Amino acid sequence: MLFSVIGNYSLLLGLFFGLVLLYFSTKNFRNSKLLDTKILSFTFLQFFLVVISFLCLVSSFVVSDFSNETVFNHSHTTKPFFYKIAGTWGNHEGSLLLWLLVLTLFILIFLIRTKNQPVKYRVLTLVFQQIIIIGFFIFLIKTSNPFNHIYPVPSEGLGLNPILQDPALAIHPPILYLGYVGSSIIFSSVLAATTLNIVTKKWASHIKKWVLISWIFLTLGILLGSIWAYYELGWGGFWFWDPVENVSLMPWLALTTLLHCILVLEKKLILTSWVIILSISTFALSMSGTFLVRSGILNSVHTFANDPERGLFILIFLFSLIFLSLFIFFFFHKTSTDNPSSFFWLSKETAIIINNWFMMYFLSVVLIGTIYPIFLDVLSSQKISVGPPFYHKLIIPFLIPFLLIMAIGPKLKWIKSNLEDKIYLITLLIVSILISFLIVKNFSSNFLINTILISSAFYLFFITLRDFFIKGFKNLAQNIAHFGFSLLILSILFNSLFSSEIITNLKVGQTFENKKAKIVFESISQKEAKNYRSIIGNFTVQDSKGKIENLSPELRIYNQPNITTSEADIKTTLLSDKFMVINIVQNQEFFNVRYQVKPFMLWIWISVILISFGGLMSFLKKGYEK
Amino acid sequence: MYGRKVKLRFLFVALILITLILTVFLVLKSLEENVVYFQSPSEIKALSELDKKKIRVGGMVKKNSISIKSSEVKFIITDFKNEINVTYSGAIPNLFEEEKGVVAEGFLKDRNFFSATKILAKHDENYMPPEVKEALGEK
Repeated sequence: MLFSVIGNYSLLLGLFFGLVLLYFSTKNFRNSKLLDTKILSFTFLQFFLVVISFLCLVSSFVVSDFSNETVFNHSHTTKPFFYKIAGTWGNHEGSLLLWLLVLTLFILIFLIRTKNQPVKYRVLTLVFQQIIIIGFFIFLIKTSNPFNHIYPVPSEGLGLNPILQDPALAIHPPILYLGYVGSSIIFSSVLAATTLNIVTKKWASHIKKWVLISWIFLTLGILLGSIWAYYELGWGGFWFWDPVENVSLMPWLALTTLLHCILVLEKKLILTSWVIILSISTFALSMSGTFLVRSGILNSVHTFANDPERGLFILIFLFSLIFLSLFIFFFFHKTSTDNPSSFFWLSKETAIIINNWFMMYFLSVVLIGTIYPIFLDVLSSQKISVGPPFYHKLIIPFLIPFLLIMAIGPKLKWIKSNLEDKIYLITLLIVSILISFLIVKNFSSNFLINTILISSAFYLFFITLRDFFIKGFKNLAQNIAHFGFSLLILSILFNSLFSSEIITNLKVGQTFENKKAKIVFESISQKEAKNYRSIIGNFTVQDSKGKIENLSPELRIYNQPNITTSEADIKTTLLSDKFMVINIVQNQEFFNVRYQVKPFMLWIWISVILISFGGLMSFLKKGYEK
Repeated sequence: MYGRKVKLRFLFVALILITLILTVFLVLKSLEENVVYFQSPSEIKALSELDKKKIRVGGMVKKNSISIKSSEVKFIITDFKNEINVTYSGAIPNLFEEEKGVVAEGFLKDRNFFSATKILAKHDENYMPPEVKEALGEK
């Protein structure tokens, strides 16, 4: 009760300080050479108020204060302590409060870390950021206040959806949001820089840090979501081209492109308009991601509360922000005339630009695949869905040139270059093709495309691997990231080529046998936990080589809300995962058993971690990259 | 006639345009081939000719209609006006229950039989796919 009141007033005060900040910063912008100290204190105060508000919500969850509507809807007294805390952001209201928290935190860090930048630029960035922050404050207070009261006070809450009660998903939203919200700083900063016409090399190397930090978090956030989907949903995969997944992939693609453009801009004053447009679209994509997920428009396997009012608000807010930014772009942006914008065809920047195009192509494919069903529904009320084949067909062929350019590009020099080391490059290409040929030769389907695809991934793999030895610490960050990417593509390809699956229905004591494996359903056992009881199936699986493995997948029947979830049993080894999940249909004796052997699963996760580690190294590196 | 710079710029714009047209063409063509339409049992009954493409059928799982054998699951999807028999061999999602909403993806054998390749999971016991809600007519 008390917490809700404090939290609510902190929010209102935070909004008030947002308006105050807007006033002071416009004043400061007009007539001062120095940053008004009040601005810094008020920004801190605003952040502090949001922290208080956030802690109040956490406390309400911890003490199970069911007079709070959000707590009532998403918590339960028997829920484990950890998930009471994680439940704070496992719902719409709480997650928006988290957005706001990160928004205010980032602008504070931005102001502290940019002492060397021009005052006007800092103040103007603050103004744009405050516009976003105020928008979110109003959105939160008006349409999704986390501190609404209910009376009479219920004695028990409705509980958190059990599939969300999971360690990976508990930290997934905060990490992902750090990435999303990081793009808001880039957005504000680019608008400020455009207005003041300081989109320069110096600006590029300053904003690069922010691009990197949001990129790292976004990558890790997507990774966590993917890992969770793999073991919790029991569908035996890590990416389903589900709309909710796609909306996190789109900002990632835009941000990755932006990152590479910033690197070019840092060296050579070209691509300024492109950088501005990319920064705006990254943020717009992050926002619309939130909009699409939260408004319930997306017909997705992930479900969240539907509320048209919320959707409409975000949509209007988003459109005004895009309109504002386009206005600034067209009226303030001047392409510098004195810059020698000549491109030599063989240079690092050309390679980057070509791959930029491919990235934009991938982005448009994902974008169209995600929103086309929505448009068709609105226009003709026809219900359709776009599945994985669409994406695979359009993306996979273009990965080949993409990978090749990624391999060759970093070998080139800026501005004008010759291809050195030709013999090595060609030898490696031949080696890659041979290896891929040997691997794929037993597979008849799609032989050609698989060979070429695996060759190009191997090519990138070998070239980056060799660079670790000959270049040492030079360009290490970039090399690690690119190496990680080649490893990712290879793992994904091998994973999809060599996975095998058995789906069958078994009663206790029955045996399933085919060429690949023999599955014996030995017994079932039961277990009680605090907020669920579980049925554990005990299986022994014998593979074709006679190796025996015991697997015990679990079914959890939660008491509040009454939902059954499957907990897959996964035996991970360096080279492959054995994955088993069971399910039961009510009033039936048969268990639905799904057994999969998935090679290189571990390497998919490792390679994504490598990619973000590359980002981290680049972030930590001081000064200018040679 | 024109300077080198103008020519280059022209080439650049042309290149962008071509890529753009190519992208749009590819995407649209692929969409046409890979889109999965959603239909209710009543809509299937009313079909004048059977589609060979993959579709989705949604509605309620009829009471007492689920039967399981070791190799397959059979059940009936109903929208309370018409119904369709579904056979399925594959993984069953957690919330697949009688008298709950369901979406099955697969191929029509005829107007009464549907062979599913996938049953879609939902995450929440109260959630119903929007199509199913509509197919059931706000029930």
